[in-house]
Amino acid sequence: MIARLQVEAAGPLTSLQDAGRRGVMRFGVPRSGPIDRFAFAAALTAAKPAEGTAIELSLGGLTLTCLEGEVGFALCGAAFTVEIDGRAIGSWCRATLGPGQCLRIRQSGGNWAYLAFSGSCTTPTWLGSRATHALSGLGGGMVRAGDVLELHATKPLPPAALQAPAPASHPAPIGIVIGPQERFFGAGALQRLCAEPFIATGTFDRMGRALDGAPLLPLRLDMPSEPALPGCLQITGDGRMTMLLADHQTTGGYPKIAAVIGADIDRLAQMEAGTAFHFEAVSVGEAVKRFRRIADWQAAALRALVSADDLALRLLGANLVGGVVDALGTHEA
Amino acid sequence: MSDTPTIRPVGEGALLIEFGDRIDETINAKVVALDKALAARPPRGFLEAVPAYCSLLIEYDPQSTSQVELAEAALELAGSAPAAATSGREHVVPISFEPLDGPDLDQVAAQAGLDWEEAIAAFLASRYRVYMYGFAPGYAYMGGVPQVLQLPRKPIAQRGHPAGSVIIAGPQCLITTLPMPTGWWVIGRTPLAVLDATGERPFRFDPGDTIRFERIA
Repeated sequence: MIARLQVEAAGPLTSLQDAGRRGVMRFGVPRSGPIDRFAFAAALTAAKPAEGTAIELSLGGLTLTCLEGEVGFALCGAAFTVEIDGRAIGSWCRATLGPGQCLRIRQSGGNWAYLAFSGSCTTPTWLGSRATHALSGLGGGMVRAGDVLELHATKPLPPAALQAPAPASHPAPIGIVIGPQERFFGAGALQRLCAEPFIATGTFDRMGRALDGAPLLPLRLDMPSEPALPGCLQITGDGRMTMLLADHQTTGGYPKIAAVIGADIDRLAQMEAGTAFHFEAVSVGEAVKRFRRIADWQAAALRALVSADDLALRLLGANLVGGVVDALGTHEA
Repeated sequence: MSDTPTIRPVGEGALLIEFGDRIDETINAKVVALDKALAARPPRGFLEAVPAYCSLLIEYDPQSTSQVELAEAALELAGSAPAAATSGREHVVPISFEPLDGPDLDQVAAQAGLDWEEAIAAFLASRYRVYMYGFAPGYAYMGGVPQVLQLPRKPIAQRGHPAGSVIIAGPQCLITTLPMPTGWWVIGRTPLAVLDATGERPFRFDPGDTIRFERIA
């Protein structure tokens, strides 16, 4: 079946993303792909789109009307509210959108969420990937009000509330590896980086997120452009810090005092605006250990999503959940 | 600086190999040589390399190799890779200096103490080396702006310059691929696309290539 979805409204950071492209940073092209890789993987696990592509949403949310066809979808990420025709169906959830129905997603906490469809999307690839580089618009593309999304080979999906992993009750500090350009800073700045609180601000896009705190003034600014990666903490001449994200500039002339470890980049990107946190300097070995730990935890969470899913599908196959479907009112046969 | 590069970690999945700390053809040749050696003999866990002016970033998979192993492999390759002085291809880039295409050329000439035609002649007489791509897709950073035309960047970035603008700051020159605000001096414009989004070869230059500009207006 083909489904056509009219974009009624979309926040300015709404874009199509897949896992991203590799091997072209040397041409100024960052990997792009999802800011929150786990939430993206969860949405794909729940909706199983043909090409591994999802819509990334942020502030401003997204409103879609189904012009024709029907399509299953899943939404995972920060605390976003999801409504079909004005009826709330939860935050992490799966359902089916039918002809004439309106899907409205609004951000209510955190910054990024992923909407995956059970179907294949027809948007263009660039350098082998549908990940959108927001600054240039190259890739699958930004999603704008007035666009019509066309999905092929769509399938309905049984509605389900998906189990969002519980947040830690005492969030750990954000791990960093000092460098590579810490020599551009005095001992005082390095000491403040690890001792004083910083605040995740509401100033962010797909290139980076501004972090407020004690200014960390560089001693000098005479560095030729050096390569950068997601997680790098770049300090401008006024001492302000930005964590680079998926659409980062591939090189920059401002010194990077430290890099957020792989285990914590997405967590800091998702952190609710205004939240205070501390950095903790760790060794490369410890950073690898923490990454393994979180990767194992995420793999288990995805397996749990799949097994819950299998159960729902088996129940649907046995025709046992028809009543549940009607009660939720999200899937009208 | 000695021949042995400095190696610094960038998080747990990348190393920055530094051959120097300034924009210099000899230093950049070492970067290009290591980049080629890595492509020819990628160490275990190697993911991708990013050559810059005087350093090379190596991204690796920390689950399949270690920082120490990767650093040793990079040092060995850097020690064995001959740095060729001129290894790249040559390109001719057409350029228009019409006032709409190069709105800052007047000011650049005035600050250099040259008239308009003298400034153009000075710019065209030089050969430009592609040192690296950086910032955004297709932004090829070139060196070779003649001393007389070298100006610090403007204090504030200015908006509204179209893709294809040829811009300079200090010894650096680049051709924009996106309409972006810039604090560099806009001296001309080329119809040649460095970034051809749909082409078979999307990026026209490689680090180490040489560029000559040819006036069309």
